[in-house]
Amino acid sequence: MKTVLILGAGTAGTAMAHKLRRKLSSEWEIAVVDPSTTHLYQPGLLFLPFGDETEARIVRDRGSTLGKGITWHQTEVKAIDTERRLVDVAEGEPLSYDFLIIASGTVIRPDMIEGMLDGGWRKSVFDFYTLEGAKALQEALANFEGGRLVVNVVEMPIKCPVAPLEFTFLADWYLTKRGIRDKTELVYATPLDAAFTKPLASKMLGYLLEDKGVQVETEFMTGEVDAEKNVIRSYDEREVPYDLLVSIPPHTGTSFLEDSDLGDELGFVPTDQHTLAVRGTDRVFCIGDATDLPSSKAGSVAHFQVDLLSENLLRVIDGKELEPTFDGHSNCFVETGHGKAMLIDFNYDTEPLPGHFPIPHIGPLPLLKEARRNHWAKLAFKWVYWNGLLPARPIPISPTMSLAGKQLTAAAEAGGA
Amino acid sequence: MTVAVQTDAEGYLANKDDWSEELANELAKELGIELSDDHWKVLNAARAIESESGASPGLRKVSKRSETPIKAIYKLFPDGPAKLIAKIAGIPKPKSCL
Repeated sequence: MKTVLILGAGTAGTAMAHKLRRKLSSEWEIAVVDPSTTHLYQPGLLFLPFGDETEARIVRDRGSTLGKGITWHQTEVKAIDTERRLVDVAEGEPLSYDFLIIASGTVIRPDMIEGMLDGGWRKSVFDFYTLEGAKALQEALANFEGGRLVVNVVEMPIKCPVAPLEFTFLADWYLTKRGIRDKTELVYATPLDAAFTKPLASKMLGYLLEDKGVQVETEFMTGEVDAEKNVIRSYDEREVPYDLLVSIPPHTGTSFLEDSDLGDELGFVPTDQHTLAVRGTDRVFCIGDATDLPSSKAGSVAHFQVDLLSENLLRVIDGKELEPTFDGHSNCFVETGHGKAMLIDFNYDTEPLPGHFPIPHIGPLPLLKEARRNHWAKLAFKWVYWNGLLPARPIPISPTMSLAGKQLTAAAEAGGA
Repeated sequence: MTVAVQTDAEGYLANKDDWSEELANELAKELGIELSDDHWKVLNAARAIESESGASPGLRKVSKRSETPIKAIYKLFPDGPAKLIAKIAGIPKPKSCL
């Protein structure tokens, strides 16, 4: 019996396990290691703070998402020994592998920011990237009666890079519905030089911030949360006061990667941009949020990587060479509030462009443009996630990006690359 | 003196291959910075990370790799270190997906 061992049963790991189970014969054991007994539909965390989603609707029993034919080691990974091809785990004998796929995601690290976990944590300082954080924030928002609501991205890279902006737009809508929008200053503080950092997006979408009255604080590198004075302070001594702080704390890779000398400075895994092989190792690959790739840390990216890496693994098993197939393709809905959303489709080399998706010139979904049908498609995606993406059933979207139906001249006109 | 090299509308190097240490010194001068060994430690770290991973790094990563505290990086590159480092090191602007 040969083994493909997958570390982590989140979006990438679970989909990969099912994909390989479908493609490989019974001579192969497909095993995953994950200590958690539940699987969280992470896109739901964006809606939960506003009461538009519930815990029961976004959490499922892990066993039900893995199913027959996949071995589940319910324990924590301690360290990886790539020389001896062994994975040390908290409970039980070390696990051996023929191929190893790291899919251990990222960890949210409020502890890395001075003062963030002091007096204000989950009282006036919240995150929404964890289930506990999103639930606590729901209660805080329900009791919010106006003041300064500050959304702060501490540092890139983060999961789902557009989620903080979506949260800001949804907060505007939520506060409007509650009749307290005019009593609230909505602030978006980012370490980057703008809320929209690409020329075309900035040109086409800048109106969103203006129309919604969002104040943007740029190049704000948070050094400290001062929970006594209710301000966040940057390294260059600027202060942004808040009544309610929604922070997106720094993200790192899981600690066992550092302990195995596989993580970079932030614990992300050095990964080949096109083959997804872990650089400097043999038979080890990395997918999903755990990589150091310049692609987005997003579910769609994980999905495309699963499609392409599973094909590449079959090539290697057949004695062939890896092919550089992954192009950084990402496809994300962006909620803009008031029942509308955008859809963006891009890769390493091509920024999000206007056009139509998935059928060129037809759609039905417009790209880089607000539309109600994009919002409905985002909501419908949850069904696709549980029933298509996770069990790795075919979804008719190409894992590599297509330029068909996209307006290429738009980027040049905006002065972008 | 004006540096004769192509940059984009925001002042980032248009072509990575145009970069050289001499050019970095000139670009820094134009931005009001005289490069010292401490600056170079930071710039080299940023260039190395970008060349390995394909992404322009955030300050926390540069700080760790160059063993220079973030506060010290702000002293070396005042007025927006992330942007200044990317411009002088000849790597792309740190950006998000939109």
